[in-house]
Amino acid sequence: MTDKAAAQDWPERLYQTFKRAGIRQVGYVPDAGHARLIDRCRADPDIRDVVLTTEEEGVALAAGAWLGGQRAALLMQSSGLGNCINMLSLARSCRFPLLMLITMRGEWEEFNPWQEPMGSIVDPVLKLCEAEIFRARQPDEVEGLAERAVQTVFGDERIAALVLSQELIGKKVWTK
Amino acid sequence: MSSGRLERRAAMTTLLTDRGDDLLVVPGLGSTCWDLAAAGDNDRNFYLWGAMGGAAMIGLGLALARPDKRVAVITGDGEMLMGLGSLATIGIQRPANLAVIVFDNGVYGETGMQPSHTQNRAERAGVDLLKVAAGCGLDPCLDVRDEAALADLAGRLKRLNGTLFARVTIEAAEPPRVLPERDGVVLKRRFRAAIGL
Repeated sequence: MTDKAAAQDWPERLYQTFKRAGIRQVGYVPDAGHARLIDRCRADPDIRDVVLTTEEEGVALAAGAWLGGQRAALLMQSSGLGNCINMLSLARSCRFPLLMLITMRGEWEEFNPWQEPMGSIVDPVLKLCEAEIFRARQPDEVEGLAERAVQTVFGDERIAALVLSQELIGKKVWTK
Repeated sequence: MSSGRLERRAAMTTLLTDRGDDLLVVPGLGSTCWDLAAAGDNDRNFYLWGAMGGAAMIGLGLALARPDKRVAVITGDGEMLMGLGSLATIGIQRPANLAVIVFDNGVYGETGMQPSHTQNRAERAGVDLLKVAAGCGLDPCLDVRDEAALADLAGRLKRLNGTLFARVTIEAAEPPRVLPERDGVVLKRRFRAAIGL
């Protein structure tokens, strides 16, 4: 695959990873970086897309899904991780599998300085919450890292985050 | 009843009498968790000792995963208030097998009976969770204030056919705590085993 094709293809690869992993519920707060993946999940009758008012709802949703025998994934932006912190104690206390896909803001070509305070502490927060971090910087490494995150989550009943670098997602265009 | 309010332990028992193996119950943390344990331990209860604001969403994930089961979230007003957005989220999904039942006493009983947002005050009425749930599209929304309404709710819980919301107005009393298992991994594993996972 050419670099350009890979650059455009990684959301589709994530969707295919979801399908191979048997993901049946996807919780998300709408996010531009996840827009294509959200569209694919919404169009799939075998995936229940659950739009959330705040990301912490998704942590509880995924726990409920697992209690009932389904696998879930949670999509968010880096700012959303901050909304999850106490609810992550649910996953930690009960060893619920929790697959998070986090698009980064505030780390590269960021126009909005208000994204930087949370963006800058995503990795330490994840570590403190005992989440395994898989950081994707290049399009061609997204799928492999996603597969490893899936294995960590559902194989070991753990929390893992696939962190998608802002450089990978691209610069947000600000127009007036 | 003279106070116009139901007694919480008796209300929980009424709701869960002859519950059936297909009823899965998620309480909130705190008083409703003790109420659920007091009504009789059951592997199909997923007790919460934390995750405040998360009970209804755990119920949603469970209800979506298991359309063959009935799911009852039975939580308190304080816990529901922390997860108020989850009513909006549930209102979009509306699984036919989910009931969200709030035991509303207008106080935070676990922390010293401080008034919650739902408590009526001299200068204005408290927040009306029933109106919030109705505005979010949950249907039916039931106002349970006496034994007859409670019996009706218990009957509806046995044959759910919508995303039911009920506010059960209870006394602001604090009966002795009945503490269930608190190891989260044990609770998770026994719950899943009980439904064949």
